[in-house]
Amino acid sequence: MESFLAWLILLCPLASAALILTFAHESKALSVKISLGAVGIALASTLFLVFNQGACQSSFNWIDLGPALRLSIGIKVDALTRVMLLVVTGIGALVHVYSTVYMEEDEGKARFFGSLSLFMFSMLGIVLADNLAMMFIFWELVGVSSFLLIGHWFTKESAARAANKAFLTNRIGDFGFMSGILLVWAATGSVEFSGIQASLDKLAGNPGLLTLAGLCLFCGAVGKSAQVPLHVWLPDAMEGPTPVSALIHAATMVAAGVYMLARIFFILEPSATSLTVIASLGATTALMAAFMATQQNDIKRILAYSTLSQLGLMVAGVGVGAWGAAMFHLFTHAFFKALLFLGAGAVIHAMHHEQDIWKMGGLRKSMPVTFVTFAIGTLALTGAPLLAGFFSKDAILLAAWHKNTLVFGAALLTSLLTAFYMTRLVVVAFLGGPRTEAAQHGHDCPAAMTLPLVVLAALSAIAGYEFFARPIFGAEIFHKVHEAEHAGIVPTLAVSVFVIGTLAAWLVYKGTSVVKPATKITDLPKDPVEIRLFANKFYIDELYAALIAGTQDTLASVSGWIDRVILDGVIVRGIAGITWGAGYALRLLQFGNLQGYAFLFGTGVVVLLYLLTK
Amino acid sequence: MLTTLLLVPIVVAAALFLGMGCRRWAKYSALFQLVLTLLLWLGYNQDKGGYQFVSSSGPLFPGLDLSYSVGVDGFSMVMLLLTALVTTAAVWMSPVLESRSNLFDGSVLLISAGATGAFIAKDLFFFYAFHELALIPTFLLIGFWGSGERQKAAWKITIYLGVGSIILLTGLADLLFSIPAAHRTFDLQKLQEVAASHLIPAAAQVRPWMLLTVGFGILISLFPFHSWAAPAYASAPTPVAMLHSGVLKKFGLYGMVRLVVPFLPQAFTQPVWGSWTAQDILLAALLGNILYVGLVTIAQRKLDYVIGNSSVMHMGYIFLGIASLNIIGLSGACLLMFSHGLSAAALFAICGALREREGSLSFERLGGAAKTIPFLGICFAMATFASIGLPGFANFASETMVFFGGFQTGASSFLKTATILSLWGVVISAVYMLRAYKAVFLGTPTSASLKWTDLEGTAKFALALLPLALLCGGIFPRYFLSYLKPTLEAALR
Repeated sequence: MESFLAWLILLCPLASAALILTFAHESKALSVKISLGAVGIALASTLFLVFNQGACQSSFNWIDLGPALRLSIGIKVDALTRVMLLVVTGIGALVHVYSTVYMEEDEGKARFFGSLSLFMFSMLGIVLADNLAMMFIFWELVGVSSFLLIGHWFTKESAARAANKAFLTNRIGDFGFMSGILLVWAATGSVEFSGIQASLDKLAGNPGLLTLAGLCLFCGAVGKSAQVPLHVWLPDAMEGPTPVSALIHAATMVAAGVYMLARIFFILEPSATSLTVIASLGATTALMAAFMATQQNDIKRILAYSTLSQLGLMVAGVGVGAWGAAMFHLFTHAFFKALLFLGAGAVIHAMHHEQDIWKMGGLRKSMPVTFVTFAIGTLALTGAPLLAGFFSKDAILLAAWHKNTLVFGAALLTSLLTAFYMTRLVVVAFLGGPRTEAAQHGHDCPAAMTLPLVVLAALSAIAGYEFFARPIFGAEIFHKVHEAEHAGIVPTLAVSVFVIGTLAAWLVYKGTSVVKPATKITDLPKDPVEIRLFANKFYIDELYAALIAGTQDTLASVSGWIDRVILDGVIVRGIAGITWGAGYALRLLQFGNLQGYAFLFGTGVVVLLYLLTK
Repeated sequence: MLTTLLLVPIVVAAALFLGMGCRRWAKYSALFQLVLTLLLWLGYNQDKGGYQFVSSSGPLFPGLDLSYSVGVDGFSMVMLLLTALVTTAAVWMSPVLESRSNLFDGSVLLISAGATGAFIAKDLFFFYAFHELALIPTFLLIGFWGSGERQKAAWKITIYLGVGSIILLTGLADLLFSIPAAHRTFDLQKLQEVAASHLIPAAAQVRPWMLLTVGFGILISLFPFHSWAAPAYASAPTPVAMLHSGVLKKFGLYGMVRLVVPFLPQAFTQPVWGSWTAQDILLAALLGNILYVGLVTIAQRKLDYVIGNSSVMHMGYIFLGIASLNIIGLSGACLLMFSHGLSAAALFAICGALREREGSLSFERLGGAAKTIPFLGICFAMATFASIGLPGFANFASETMVFFGGFQTGASSFLKTATILSLWGVVISAVYMLRAYKAVFLGTPTSASLKWTDLEGTAKFALALLPLALLCGGIFPRYFLSYLKPTLEAALR
């Protein structure tokens, strides 16, 4: 039963994607129904597994070369899988419902739902995988579906470019991931999690190799979870439709890296170097992204940098050894960040695709449901006491406190900045008076869009409490979450930075409120704080563009030149010149191209036959 | 049975040359070939393995074990399937010609017949001769019906491949003479057993290895003998580019696996140049294909050159599988011959369809075409995804095996390094293919692309065959491996 359900969860979205691509792409309504049906079945099966604490393992061979190499498509359901399944199918279902309205007028609606189903299939494959090879397969497939969805509005140049950027950046990470898989396989002879664990000694016997393999695998997470230095694709990925940003680029796919690290933690744990690298990179990402978020003006980009920052926090959590806490934060973050993105989507929908917060304002009155839910999401994210984010962030902070003071400091500062930039967003976009004509006519969206907001708001409020989280995580992992010894100073500090950040933003930005909507763009109020370094994202995109132009493109054009001029021009033509002479001689004998060739061929054969028979 | 498969396209081609029939004849001939190949595929007993459907004329010359004999084993079966699929797609998608279309179609069929002949030949002489036979119509088609600098391209490929064939012929002779006289034969099946008893001393393996690798290497566009390929494919008529890059080029790789691997395995570990072994040299050359040609491909600004160069680049992965000299890498290499053949043919087919709509394939003239030609867009996307090694397509399964093969126990450290560097090639290929896809199909539609119409009718089905076959291979590689495995295990004995 359990394994039947698990396969059902995996294959329903695949069937949906295939059906939409082949038969239903002409009909929007049918595509929506198929897609909703598939995600519904997946969610129901997941709930069954969660309630019954179902566990199973089942696989079939994909590549079978006897004892030399056996790679299988195998699924494994355990406590960790169930948590992730619930996040993916739960938020997936809400996003599907929300999209039925959000994408109403889009001519590519059928294609959108087809790609969404493909994404669900790929993501669930990562979650269910019982071995690294299968995880890599689905890892690449989520890359494809993400490519398709970011580029949904493909005639827009920026969307097409963002889709490519996301794919290529991830490919760089996946290069490391695959290298890691090869290293692990070469040492242990297995790619299955259980098999690797059983013969880990063979790998651990060589500490250098162990660290190298662990860090290579970590590269995969750096790409997928958009950690520095491969973080550049995620903000651009906001070119995709907003429901996609909520599901893929906030709640699930980008969190896959953290899930993967939790799965392979037993490979990382024996190497202190690996863990230190992971913790430092996570903390750097958390802090840098938070700084960048304080100076963005696009509502989705603020949330995108916030996602980067929170992912950094989770990765840092793994780095300080608290993968349980990292998973817990992944779990709560999925709810409130999906909520925030869907709320932002409602605002964008109501304001006819306006994303600049400085053109908003006063939405509190015109979009009350959106405002209240968005506020709950904000409070949960910023770590307001008693809401979900407070508990999960606290778990990570505690672990860091005991393990690495520097990481703890970075995480604390990140929390402060988080409170600051989120309060800035709420104050500017929702409070005060409307800044433009469009903001005056804001309105709450239809039920199919507000209902997911309400559900997610409720979850953001309660997801951190033991009564809710414990049954889902199971006793064992839940114990892992709160493994770190309690220290009273940590929650005190966390609450203080929340209060300071919120108050600071309130004081700075309450003055930007206006009485009357501006009639000219130039009349719009400006951000009183201006820090070019953060607004320009530390100039990393520019740096990379220069690097690529300086290395890859230069190398490419040099190679192209060598190929054309030297190899082909001088050497080959030199040799060809000699041959041409022969050809010319043949032509003198009234041989054309074809005959000359046939003549050479015939001569060769005759000579060969002569040699063999003599 | 097998001779029918060979004769039907030849007879139809002859009829077309004589002015009988029309394009429909060529189409039905291709379809017949596909159906018959599928029947053979299903009829082949892969549990039993070995040569099946064998028939032979008996010795043609007194005192010489040379005969017209045909037969297929699992490996040649896979290559035959590739030939039939690509032929069908190529013929059914052929561009409409104003004149001499009979001559064109007949020549295309002859290329396919030559490839078929080389893959079903159970005799070394016919194996070589059929490939040469297929080259002649290839040259003619490029010279007469090509685009751009077709004369130059035709001459270049003729001279290049002519030289390659002569080196190959010398190598084949050298190989035969290295075998003790009592065991000398042209029969590939008997040769397999001869190879298994390892009669050639290690030191004597190096020279034929070099000759064969260079000879085959030129035909396969192994670095640094690659510069004929991209211009030839760019100016070749679509069916020729499809058939040559997809099928005929695989002849050289087929020969590497059939002859070099079983007869000269020890050559791989012999020092050839200083401390460099033959394997090291092959690895260096194939890295040239993957990294250097990969970078060359990034520098291209025309779709046909991107695809032509990428086809050269991917030969490196097949060579990597062969160079690893174990069952994993070799299986990957052989499956990759099949998958690369299909994906390259699909890309060239779409490239040709675009050329019919727009003379120039420079990126700056194209864009946003997914809006007006969605079917071609989807097929191009699938072929692109296959070609850059995304899971679900056969290329990924093959490349995965190639990479694992490079890391198997006993792999030299250079082999491992080469494998990791080749893995980086996967990033390179994603860079240029996605750039090409975006330049043609995404972004703001240009005035040109707004006027295009999508593929219609039977051509749609013909093109769809290729990505569908790639999906089958990607999801069920085991099924294809069951055909390949017995042959490859025998080759590695």
